[in-house]
Amino acid sequence: MDAATFAETLAAHGLPPLCKGTPDTLQVNVGYLCNRACRHCHLEAGPARTERMSRVVMDEVVALARRAPFALADVTGGAPEMNPDIGHLLRELAALTPRRIFRTNLVALEGREELLGLLTSGGWGIGASLPAVNAGQVDGVRGDGVFERSLNMLRRLNALGYGQGQGLELHLVSNPGGAFLPPSQAAATKTFRRALDLQGIVFNSLMTFANVPLGRFRSWLEASGNLEDYEASLRQRFNPQVVCGLMCRNILSVGWDGRLYDCDFNQALGLASATAEHISDYQSHSPPDEVAIPVGEHCFACTAGSGFT
Amino acid sequence: MTYYDPKDLAKFGDIGKNAPEAAKKFFAYYEEVFAEGALTAREKALIALAVAHAVQCPYCIDAYTGTCLEKGSNADEMTEAVHVAAAIRGGATLVHGVQMRNILDKKAF
Repeated sequence: MDAATFAETLAAHGLPPLCKGTPDTLQVNVGYLCNRACRHCHLEAGPARTERMSRVVMDEVVALARRAPFALADVTGGAPEMNPDIGHLLRELAALTPRRIFRTNLVALEGREELLGLLTSGGWGIGASLPAVNAGQVDGVRGDGVFERSLNMLRRLNALGYGQGQGLELHLVSNPGGAFLPPSQAAATKTFRRALDLQGIVFNSLMTFANVPLGRFRSWLEASGNLEDYEASLRQRFNPQVVCGLMCRNILSVGWDGRLYDCDFNQALGLASATAEHISDYQSHSPPDEVAIPVGEHCFACTAGSGFT
Repeated sequence: MTYYDPKDLAKFGDIGKNAPEAAKKFFAYYEEVFAEGALTAREKALIALAVAHAVQCPYCIDAYTGTCLEKGSNADEMTEAVHVAAAIRGGATLVHGVQMRNILDKKAF
């Protein structure tokens, strides 16, 4: 017998189909170019990718943030540092959204003093991915020597005032280094704090997320013979309690070409948002009632355990 | 053909089919043992992994390798746990040499 789909699983738990709420987060993916090619990347970002947000689309993003207020701007990639117009976007958005997060893999910030200055002066928080606090695990995901380089960048960010309780937020993001679910956020936070404290590094919070079986991670799951068991483990851990807080309800995810999605994972699959096809079509936060969010097998990654909110 | 099939692990609960009360008590006890307590769930999983190797249970090794990863342990910690099991097993063998020596001392000139 085939396993229940995500939509069927919601219904079996007495939950309605996922529908869009009022977006409070503007997520901007400025392109898939990245200086790493991590095995867990659902977007298959890497050095060979050419998709890149143009300044024209960036200006449309800024115009949207001006006409429809968002509480949070979340700039991501690929490695957003590698978009040559990133400074333009950061400068313009800084005045339009009260809270701002810039995602980084840390090593892409190396040698980018001007950009670091822009992030600091613009009050941009940092969302830094750090898979683990163990050199073997980090280097296994990211490449040899990346762990030490990541620690050095975290020390640099601390020196700039990040994570020190002075308003510059430094959040860490950890994904498991393989076909298994992450530890609880509370337990992982203790481990990270203890290990990074020994390195003289402080941070505001740690978020642990399950790897989503899409893109390069899915290819690896298939090649390593882990796909079936991994998808089954996500289904088994379905937690109906986290459904109401799923990020897709309140996020507007803008792709590098201005297309709109309900989350970064739907972007990876090309599952367009039903609110509007393109950023230029999105006029205000008054979506029609009951706009459904496209869902699929990958959604089980966001509802497993403590979820992906 | 092998006596051990990883898929059989999912049938563990079936062991209660002919002795439901005993199984119910065992699984309740098992759940209580592995709950967060004076030891964290992560530490308990590492102990379980070491014991699984000592008793050489392939089901337990499979289950607790996954559990250790999901509780946030890394390969270094897990490998050290297996060495602890090996040291105790090896030590237990060797320390029984004391029995041998006692008998030797009694029986041999």
